[in-house]
Amino acid sequence: MNEPLLRSLTPDVLQILVRRGAGFAAAEDAVQDALVEAVRVWPDDPPRDPKGWLITAAWRKFLDAARADAARHRREDLADREPPPGPAPAADDTLWLYFLCAHPSLTPSSAVALTLRAVGGLTTRQIALAYLVPEATMAQRISRAKRTVSSVRFDRPGDVATVLRVLYLVFNEGYSGDVDLSAEAIRLTRRLAAAIDHPEVAGLLALMLLHHARRAARTAPDGALVPLVEQDRGRWDTALIAEGIDILQAALALDRLGEYQAQAAIAALHADAPTAADTDWVQIVEWYDELVRLTDSPVARLNRAVAVGEADGPRAGLAALAALDHTLPRHTAVAAYLHERDGDPATAARLYAEAAEKAPNLAERAHLTRQAARLNTGMNH
Amino acid sequence: MAKYLLLKHYRGAPASVNDAPMDQWTPEEVSAHVRYMNDFAARLEETGEFVDGQALAPEGTWVRYDGEGRPPVTDGPFAETKDLIAGWMVIDVDTHERAVELAGELSAAPGAGGEPIHEWLELRPFLTEPPTITE
Repeated sequence: MNEPLLRSLTPDVLQILVRRGAGFAAAEDAVQDALVEAVRVWPDDPPRDPKGWLITAAWRKFLDAARADAARHRREDLADREPPPGPAPAADDTLWLYFLCAHPSLTPSSAVALTLRAVGGLTTRQIALAYLVPEATMAQRISRAKRTVSSVRFDRPGDVATVLRVLYLVFNEGYSGDVDLSAEAIRLTRRLAAAIDHPEVAGLLALMLLHHARRAARTAPDGALVPLVEQDRGRWDTALIAEGIDILQAALALDRLGEYQAQAAIAALHADAPTAADTDWVQIVEWYDELVRLTDSPVARLNRAVAVGEADGPRAGLAALAALDHTLPRHTAVAAYLHERDGDPATAARLYAEAAEKAPNLAERAHLTRQAARLNTGMNH
Repeated sequence: MAKYLLLKHYRGAPASVNDAPMDQWTPEEVSAHVRYMNDFAARLEETGEFVDGQALAPEGTWVRYDGEGRPPVTDGPFAETKDLIAGWMVIDVDTHERAVELAGELSAAPGAGGEPIHEWLELRPFLTEPPTITE
């Protein structure tokens, strides 16, 4: 059973059905049914032409459903309410599906679910498992999303930024269930990058590759977080890092900077340093300046304060931090770190404990608690 | 895409505005209240925001490890047991604002006189896996 192949064929098959005149929602249902049948039939009877097989099966499912629908409509005397077929997209326009699934009329979670199903070819069950919600809930989320976009007509190109945000959300969900969402986000972004020449698409792809390359080193075998400075750089995937840097450099050469390129540049500077001590913090601060200029994001400002602390010393970092809103997520954790480096373990321990209480996830809470414990027990001896 | 636990309390939460004990309501008022809760859950299933929900009995047992081979202590109530959880619902929503909105809606369930109870509900975010990008 070649599941990656099956998944990569999904958007093409879906588009062919829509081009033949099926409405988006009906086409999407039919493709899902065909995928389920493929999973059942292919192991015993592999097709010579998988794509042709899927198109035939999906079109047959669509016709069956349309006939059943028509019969029901006749019975209910509602045949005249049958909606007209959806708009047929321009030939070879794989972008259409990305833009449709990330349409601004959808909530972020609906856009993510629809993208994973229609573009990614995941089953509802796989998506539900990945997001730890009941399958019925995910099925509703997807069918609502399909209803929302079924009336959308594309006469203008969609918004690339929205598509990128959706793919970034998928990437950040990481790994849960039986699907690696980070790898899935990279696969979908690769396809998008192949279809469209846009520096921010390349920037996001580079960012994902650079982060993915460091994934194995980011957690200890027991699931504990390993901070960047302590990571075993031998476990970083150098091929992915090299690819990410190549893609980023090509994007930067176009001279249309955006937030993903700036973030990727920061990730590249981390990934490029042979040891943590060799990190080029001065250049990282400059990239954070760019990022703050582009996004005005409080999180970027917070990360900039960390970088300033490394480049110009903890006092400078604390000064940069003092200018920021204290209620920002991770503000306390950053303050704790900078106070420790400034030689004030008592304040640092207190702030680490306080930050642990505010931590947004279990791994971070455990990590911060350990930092507080390390300083507290060290001080007692 | 953030999960929240909505906790409904028997005891321990501040008194609701419409604070008549449920056994003093009319049967119709009780039915209306139950229907509201069921409709609420059904609506969240449709919006794709429902994860799970259960009602809990007021009587609970306290358990702790009490040494190898010895039976655990199972007793209560303890003097410091201030609150009692009546039920919970887990929702999966896009934003904290949406979670607050839904909790507010649930708190408006009808009570005595068909008027909203205005009860206090506890809203607690789930701690989850760390995101891929942390630094």
